[in-house]
Amino acid sequence: MTLALPPRFAAELRAARMVWRREMLHFLRDGTASLVALLQPLLFLFVLGVGLARLFAGSGGGPASDYLMFLFPGVLVMAAQPAAISAGASIIWDRQSGFLREMLVSPVRRGTLLAGKCLGGATVATCQSTVVLLGAGLVHVPYRLGLFVPLLAELALTALAMTVLGAVVAVTITRPRTFSTVLGVLMTPLIFLSGLMFPISAMPGWMAWAALADPLTYAVDAMRQTVVARTAAHPSSTLFAPVAWGGLRPPPLLELAVVGAFTLVSLGVAARRFSRTG
Amino acid sequence: MLRSPRPRALDSAAAAPTEGVPAIRATGVRKSYPGVDAVRGIDLTVAQGETFGFLGPNGAGKTTTIAMLCTLVAPTAGRIEVAGHDTRTAPGLVRRNLGLVFQETTLDGDLTAAENLRFHADLYAMPRATLPARVEAMLELAGLTAWRDRLVRTFSGGMRRRLEIARGLLHGPRVLFLDEPTVGLDPQARTQLWDQLGEVREREGTTLFLTTHYLEEAERCDRVAIIDDGRIVAQGSPAELKSVLGADRIDLRTGDDREAAVTLLERFGIEAVAGPHGLRVHAENGAALVPRLCAGLGVPVYEVTVTRPSLDDVFLHHTGHRIRVDRNGDAG
Repeated sequence: MTLALPPRFAAELRAARMVWRREMLHFLRDGTASLVALLQPLLFLFVLGVGLARLFAGSGGGPASDYLMFLFPGVLVMAAQPAAISAGASIIWDRQSGFLREMLVSPVRRGTLLAGKCLGGATVATCQSTVVLLGAGLVHVPYRLGLFVPLLAELALTALAMTVLGAVVAVTITRPRTFSTVLGVLMTPLIFLSGLMFPISAMPGWMAWAALADPLTYAVDAMRQTVVARTAAHPSSTLFAPVAWGGLRPPPLLELAVVGAFTLVSLGVAARRFSRTG
Repeated sequence: MLRSPRPRALDSAAAAPTEGVPAIRATGVRKSYPGVDAVRGIDLTVAQGETFGFLGPNGAGKTTTIAMLCTLVAPTAGRIEVAGHDTRTAPGLVRRNLGLVFQETTLDGDLTAAENLRFHADLYAMPRATLPARVEAMLELAGLTAWRDRLVRTFSGGMRRRLEIARGLLHGPRVLFLDEPTVGLDPQARTQLWDQLGEVREREGTTLFLTTHYLEEAERCDRVAIIDDGRIVAQGSPAELKSVLGADRIDLRTGDDREAAVTLLERFGIEAVAGPHGLRVHAENGAALVPRLCAGLGVPVYEVTVTRPSLDDVFLHHTGHRIRVDRNGDAG
């Protein structure tokens, strides 16, 4: 044993690491799919983003570059989303192909298997959005280590949250087609309500309330605050108005804690459900 | 030949209480699903090192029983011990002591043969020091050494099944469960698989527990339990089971069946009945009787068939119906 850990714990850790590694191997062996998956967020940023930015500028909201900078954290989340979802899909796929049984009959705890799987999905998702992150300069976000490191960490947590959500659905719904439908229906409002494309300040009251219940809102907002705080830009206030609970503005760390708590609770729920299935 | 010690050391705690204990002991095991009694009370004991066959038609409760023995399904009633560990109170120890080969493949096609084995090793927390040698030994056992770094999705059905067996054995289980191991394999692959299983017994001394609805596979087992409709109807070595039926069956076609029947009764003391193509008699040692019949019957003998009782006859005897075997379409 490498560390002075109890052997049982070390065994679980080793199993989780292997499950994670398997996800990496799949990712690396399926390079085409990974590259194609990157196209979507890039198109999102440079086609939809540029179009909306010009509309925004044309209607007198402020310079177009403001909108692109506003959109940037959201695009990072969008880039992470397909890979995060496919981790859930791979649980379904493992069940279909039979490989899941190999894991289920092993002496490893189900929660460990699930955690390894989700961390694997989150790693792949983070890698994918890192590629988009490298295009930051194109939307006038400067390349600074002090910006990229916290942004990446926030991105990783967000990716994990989305992956775990996919896992909850995957262990609840076992039919592949139903899975993708349910996850799609679940993910779309989470994405649109998160203030990713338009700010909460532009939402009507009922929608703003719904947005506050969306964990992705806090992830996107934390990332946006990170970008704003670490760039010299003075963005127009309507777009970048931070999330507020009544009059209270949660600091980014608290927002990340909300995302983290959501992730842990979801993982617990998924692990419990997973332990009950055969 | 590559040899590596069975990785027993990794679970010395698990190994300690198991010496002299049966590999599997099940008492009064039942499983009911809403509206269905899949298993209606099974008692069986499998000794260590034995090859035990679970013979029955599809839907008889074989797969459910295996799932219970492997801790995958909780029995509705009864008690199961594998290598001395109760499946309810110590499922972790039971899982360490068993290997599983399912009916359908459970390999990852996007990993290589060696990676599939390494994955398994990490799940079972096998000691790293002896692992590479063990992986090589198991690949060699499966005849897949040359294929170790190929993606499994390029493998044939027979290769996959052999790799599954190698993987099931990797962590040195006391019992290897095989659920219909040769279903869907062509005759050559089936033969190779049985060769591999023979070597497993010789090298690893593993107890093999297999389900099958193929009679010729049941014949290869040390002991067989015949299961029908969720119950074990007979249990014993193939020879023992067949001895219940006693005599061989002899079918005769002669020049004059009536005359022959009279002679049989008068000279040999054997009562003949009408058979499908002539006369049918039963005798202890049919093969030895044939030359005496030909010489002493007094009428020309055109055709003699001696049939030893088969396990299918045994099955028929105990259940009133035959196991339907359809090699091509897999019995329904």
